[in-house]
Amino acid sequence: MDSIIGKPIDRKDGPLKVTGKAMYAAEWNIPNLAYGITIQSTITKGHINNIDTSAAEKLKGVLGVMTYKNAMQLHTLSGSDPSSGKFAEKDLLPFQSERIFYNGQHIAVVIAETFEVAEHAASLIKVTYNEEKPVFDINQPEAKIYQPQQGLGGTQVQVKRGDAEQGMSNASTKIEQTYNTPVYHHNPMEPHATSAVWNGDTLTVYDATQSVFGNKNAISTMLGIAPDKVRLISPFIGGGFGSKGFMWANSILAPMAAKFINRPVKIVLERTGQMFTCAGRRSFTIQKINLGTDNGGKLTSVKHETTSETSFVDEFVEPAGVATKMIYATPNLDITQNIVRLNKGTPCPTRAPGEAVGTYAFEVAMDELAEKLNIDPVQLRLINYAEKNPDDGHRFSSKNLKECYEKGAQSIGWSNRNIKPGSTKEGNFLVGYGMATATYPANRSKATVRLKLYQEGNAVAACCTQDIGTGTYTVMAQVMSDALGLPIDKVEFKLGDTIYPQGPNSGGSQTMATTGPAVRAAALTVKSKVIKLAVADKKSPLYNQTEDAISVDEGKLFVTSDNLKGETYSQILTRAKMPLVETEITTNVSTRETQKSESNPTTKQGGEQGGQGQQSGGQQGGSKDESKDNPFVKQDQDLDRSNVAFHSFGAQFVKVLVDPLTCMIKVDKVVSIMDVGQILNEKTAKSQIMGGAIFGIGMALMEGSVYDENTGRIVTRDLADYLVPVHADMPTFDVQFTNVKDEFISPVGARGAGEIGITGITAAIANAIYNATGKRVRDLPITPDKLIV
Amino acid sequence: MNIKQNPSGLQANGFTLPLSLSINGKQYDLNIEPRVSLLDALREYIGLTGTKKGCNQGACGACTVLVDGERINSCMTLAVQYQGKEITTVEGLAEDGNLSALQQAFIEHDGFQCGYCTPGQLCSATAMIEEFKNGMPSAVSPDVASEEFEFSEKEIKERMSGNLCRCGAYVGIVEAIQEAFSNKETTVAHETFYL
Repeated sequence: MDSIIGKPIDRKDGPLKVTGKAMYAAEWNIPNLAYGITIQSTITKGHINNIDTSAAEKLKGVLGVMTYKNAMQLHTLSGSDPSSGKFAEKDLLPFQSERIFYNGQHIAVVIAETFEVAEHAASLIKVTYNEEKPVFDINQPEAKIYQPQQGLGGTQVQVKRGDAEQGMSNASTKIEQTYNTPVYHHNPMEPHATSAVWNGDTLTVYDATQSVFGNKNAISTMLGIAPDKVRLISPFIGGGFGSKGFMWANSILAPMAAKFINRPVKIVLERTGQMFTCAGRRSFTIQKINLGTDNGGKLTSVKHETTSETSFVDEFVEPAGVATKMIYATPNLDITQNIVRLNKGTPCPTRAPGEAVGTYAFEVAMDELAEKLNIDPVQLRLINYAEKNPDDGHRFSSKNLKECYEKGAQSIGWSNRNIKPGSTKEGNFLVGYGMATATYPANRSKATVRLKLYQEGNAVAACCTQDIGTGTYTVMAQVMSDALGLPIDKVEFKLGDTIYPQGPNSGGSQTMATTGPAVRAAALTVKSKVIKLAVADKKSPLYNQTEDAISVDEGKLFVTSDNLKGETYSQILTRAKMPLVETEITTNVSTRETQKSESNPTTKQGGEQGGQGQQSGGQQGGSKDESKDNPFVKQDQDLDRSNVAFHSFGAQFVKVLVDPLTCMIKVDKVVSIMDVGQILNEKTAKSQIMGGAIFGIGMALMEGSVYDENTGRIVTRDLADYLVPVHADMPTFDVQFTNVKDEFISPVGARGAGEIGITGITAAIANAIYNATGKRVRDLPITPDKLIV
Repeated sequence: MNIKQNPSGLQANGFTLPLSLSINGKQYDLNIEPRVSLLDALREYIGLTGTKKGCNQGACGACTVLVDGERINSCMTLAVQYQGKEITTVEGLAEDGNLSALQQAFIEHDGFQCGYCTPGQLCSATAMIEEFKNGMPSAVSPDVASEEFEFSEKEIKERMSGNLCRCGAYVGIVEAIQEAFSNKETTVAHETFYL
């Protein structure tokens, strides 16, 4: 049997996506659909004095204008976990008061028969304000900086180990530098969109979200209706990168507007302005780093102090020091996080929140340290290699980072790097090489999967999770195909609908690592049921065989030692007169450090929690949860993970070319060697890593949002002013995997790959630019003007 | 197909125009306001939602369609401009249910992740290959007066840079275009380009 695990098969949803048939949130053919356009505040702080909607309401085709004056009352949602429902701005439920907390805050929805009339009507609305003096810049004297208690999901953001001051004074070589990263906007190609349809007291929402289950919960709670009255559908989402992880106002405004005019309503955010004010962003960071080493380059102390921003209506921390606490061995450590409240919208997770910007600053500091020590940057990292997790002393589930450094150095041609910066030319261009370490936690949580094997010999599994472009449809089908022994075209994985049992949100690179083991356990359970049928049936050629003597391939069950003795799933089910065999399985394992101690799941707990899963999927009259005493669930959940740390690692190597006259920078080659466990699909996994690296190229060279110094209004408010990488910016990529199965994370052995690709890459580019030019730019993005001066 | 007309109240005011559009070889009779963009006509009135709205200001290329074989940003144009023209959208690239060579190559080379920019990339690339075959130079063509250009990776990247992909599927897209093109010819004669 040639396993399909790891095979670079084409995406199952490929044909739908290349023919325009994949349905995104704004595209459902809904009868009698009306169009909602939102209007935003033009002041940065204060109160609405009045909204005059009369001219708009007189326009033919206008169905209503919803503001704080007439909008329904909403209920507060206190949760902070996006998997169970997290509204991005907990203290700013839309249209509940006249208060303005930031420029670009939603203040009205104009609803009309057509998009054109709605836009016209929006232009007729007159708003007057009572303006107050805002605080939108950290340098204003009114800006208050404080230390947050924790980050998202209870992450420790203030971490001390040993005595950092003492360690620093013992050091023989020291570095102290400050690095700045600007505000970044996710800009998924699909703007946030929601269509809402009421049918009596039940609500159907078509939403663009990375948390289908979470948004359903959030919407029902905020509206004050029972969760089973809301169905949320989101089979395709046009990119998220974190911006669709928390729920934003559009997801609740559409149901409110639909109730308001008693007709289905769709609201799509405009790219211009709205996607830059009402859909989250990555906070700026100011990162001060101190490194101290002994003569041999061994770290004696590490200090990493980050300041980031949040809003007045919620607290989101960009924890840049989160990777610093575990990336290298050091006896003394001081991670400090500061945060400032500003009159801006609330930031939210952006691809590797914390790690992306944190590894930039820290890995550039390591490069500066290597130069000062006159040690090769790769060697410096090997000197400080952490065999165990320095944060808690636990073993890593699987860490093969040395192999990554080795392969990366070889693939980029590291031996060509001249340690003297600004001294090597290739044609007219200065050449530079840089490297950095990549790392991201290997998260896993709880998922419930329902699986049905049909008499026709095909299988369908379903879980309320997402495919945000990451390949969930495809890789979950591969896990099914492998565990059931069915051809890939005979299996289908369904997602993106709350009629399915609860699965994880797509955040923290956990979708595959979480859903995969549940899919596997469900598939093995169904296979086992069919085998039990066969071995008990005198008419079966498998009669009286033991279960473990039987293998399955291409839908045929046979005696492993005699493959002529066997029959197909179809034959067994047909003879048994069973149209299908089904199961519902929950696997509940947490690999997060903050949660491991709280929930140490046993089989019993798994069974109970599986019961909730059944309830949540009850709309379809789901099958009974069969997790309790299930051998495949037990095998997974009973594994002792209490002293294991779960992280992925990688090495990023970059070659850049810099034009010495114009200082134009070209990333010429990127080598990413990733240690992310078992690869399920080489093709989609490589795409994930390249996608992350391309985000990193944007961070390094061009991206960054600018705010007006006088008003706090965003200046770079569209894709003409906010630059993202295009085809012409692309380097050559060489992505490789260690492909070592992680026996601790799950029996599937795969860790996530969605976010690690963005970590380290920005530093590797910055380090390569320094190697090429001898100029160390510590404020991203590294634009030519900064190299010319 | 379910064609949405403007509501009668608007028609009574005389704000709408009868309009006939030929899309993917099929005729669509509409009665819409002259301010409706071609993109919104496709997505909101005709129900051809394969063409995407990414920015509505000509900056991202997600709305790219073909008009008489040439690529345009449909968000930047009005539907009323295109009566009598042949419009091709992503829904019209496959023939008789068979994917075009380019569509197939996009799947094989993983030229997409979320898929939202994909229709624009496909339409853009389809027309770009024709532009190249017709001898139209680009900003990176070494000699605009040349008789022949090499269909190089650099040329493809330059000519496709109006189509943004935030997932970062650029490598697969360029590989797919190269493969689809190489099934035809690698260099083409400078035939019809005139300044």
